[in-house]
Amino acid sequence: MASLSSTHDKPVLVDRYAAGARINHWVTAISFILLALSGLAFFTPSLYFLTGLFGGGQLARTLHPWIGVVLFVSFSGLFVRFWKANLWNRDDSAWMSKLPDVVAGHEEKLPEIGKYNAGQKLVFWGMALLILVLFATGLVIWQQYFGAASSIDQQRVALLLHAAAAVGTILIWIVHVYAAIWVRGTIQAMTRGNVTGGWGWRHHRKWLREEVQKGEVKTQPAE
Amino acid sequence: MATMELVRRSASSSPAFQPGAQEIAKLIDVSKCIGCKACQAACLEWNDLREEVGFNDGTLNNPHDLTPASFTVMRFTEWENAATGNLEFLIRKDGCMHCSDPGCLKACPAPGAIVQYSNGIVDFDHDKCIGCGYCVKGCPFNIPRISKADHKAYKCTLCSDRVAVGQGPACAKACPTKAISFGTKQEMKDLADKRIKDLKGRGYANAGLYDPPGVSGTHVMYVLHHNDRPSLYAGLPDAPKISAVVELWKGVAKYAGLAFIGLAAVGAAVHHIVAGPNKVSSEDEENAVRLKEKA
Ligand code: HEM
Ligand code: SF4
Ligand code: SF4
Repeated sequence: MASLSSTHDKPVLVDRYAAGARINHWVTAISFILLALSGLAFFTPSLYFLTGLFGGGQLARTLHPWIGVVLFVSFSGLFVRFWKANLWNRDDSAWMSKLPDVVAGHEEKLPEIGKYNAGQKLVFWGMALLILVLFATGLVIWQQYFGAASSIDQQRVALLLHAAAAVGTILIWIVHVYAAIWVRGTIQAMTRGNVTGGWGWRHHRKWLREEVQKGEVKTQPAE
Repeated sequence: MATMELVRRSASSSPAFQPGAQEIAKLIDVSKCIGCKACQAACLEWNDLREEVGFNDGTLNNPHDLTPASFTVMRFTEWENAATGNLEFLIRKDGCMHCSDPGCLKACPAPGAIVQYSNGIVDFDHDKCIGCGYCVKGCPFNIPRISKADHKAYKCTLCSDRVAVGQGPACAKACPTKAISFGTKQEMKDLADKRIKDLKGRGYANAGLYDPPGVSGTHVMYVLHHNDRPSLYAGLPDAPKISAVVELWKGVAKYAGLAFIGLAAVGAAVHHIVAGPNKVSSEDEENAVRLKEKA
């Protein structure tokens, strides 16, 4: 236990993600980025050059669906870890009704929030739904193995849905990454696994209170 | 006729096909075909293809479908004509139609993997093909096949290599009944007119030329005795056109999708400039420390 006097000049740290969750997140993130890059190469001729990153068109075409399988398995892991913490509650509706304050960064006007705010929950559920759609439609349009498993009409619809869902996930991804950059101190949650107490106080006060009650909040060890 | 000027490439901005004086066509007169498959054999030979030995499914269809090694197959249909009480044996040589508005070319994501020449031939460039199978989804006639061996798309080339040096397609040359003719599109239309008049004179009131306007016409055309019902001939589409789903996917979806992604990225950058970073203050940190101390 650190002495009272020393806690005043050192911020407290709160663990947010254990190593397993962080690894799971980064496998998901990397496969998602690779999927977006290879997928966009097929989506529009102006980005076809991106196939070069994968060793050419044939290889990009071959790899994309396999990376998709990795993403699906990996995201399923995140889903199992986080779905409970992402269930919607009353605070979320209150938070959503103050969206202008959220965007303006007036956190003092927002209700106290648990581990995830409504925006994060929407990112979570939006990704969950769209990745499911991408996986299902992706199998239908996987020519090499499933080309004969569905009718051409079904494949046309699957291709349209796959492209639309891909655009949807990329939009959510932009919001997700931007939020992590805009709200300073967030990224270390996924790199080092913890955030400062002040970050918790400012953005997720209910969660911070719970962690403090549980005795999970540590003083930063001296360098 | 020997000019092979390239007018369109897949996944590249190029103008729609303009029928020119060089436009060629193959005319398949279904009423003259005896189903001998000499054309199938000639196609295998000219294109140096070996079809796997298949099995007999109780019909004359052999192979049963187009494959990466069979660019053309004869499709046999037994049809009872209710009006005459006759059993008609309808034989259609299936293969790429060389559409003026080719759905395969529209769908293909690989620049230059599908090309269209000024004479109307639609050809695949296998060096550029990535094997995605989008052409299969784009084609209204269910023609391209993706090889399991090299993962590239195959279909009839209309013997573009022969046409380029002033020859007709191998199948036309092999056909013993002259059911397959080759020439300029206008010549083929004129020839078809004569055949249709003859057929009409022999009781086929609905005889006609299959040159479907939904794909802006084709460079393989049929003379059909029952042109009012093309689908009698082993499912030849009655009114083929590029699927609305494909048009949506390659049209609005593409542009709207890219616009949304661009707007989101720009929006995020602008927000950061206007709102500035959302920073944790030292007050926040102190509050957290106090919270912890109270506990
Ligand atoms: C979840 C598993 C996924 C599977 C099984 C899958 C499979 C496929 C397949 C088979 C194709 C056709 C090209 C090819 O054969 O490689 C394709 C295209 C594409 N994929 Fe995926 N994919 C998945 C996830 C994703 C994700 C997460 C994204 C976006 C971030 C994405 C974006 C795209 C795009 C943009 C295209 C091109 C669509 C078009 O041409 O309009 N895919 N996908
Ligand atoms: S029939 Fe199919 S493969 Fe042939 S040109 Fe038309 S769309 Fe392309
Ligand atoms: S399989 Fe080849 S020709 Fe067909 S759409 Fe894909 S890249 Fe183009």
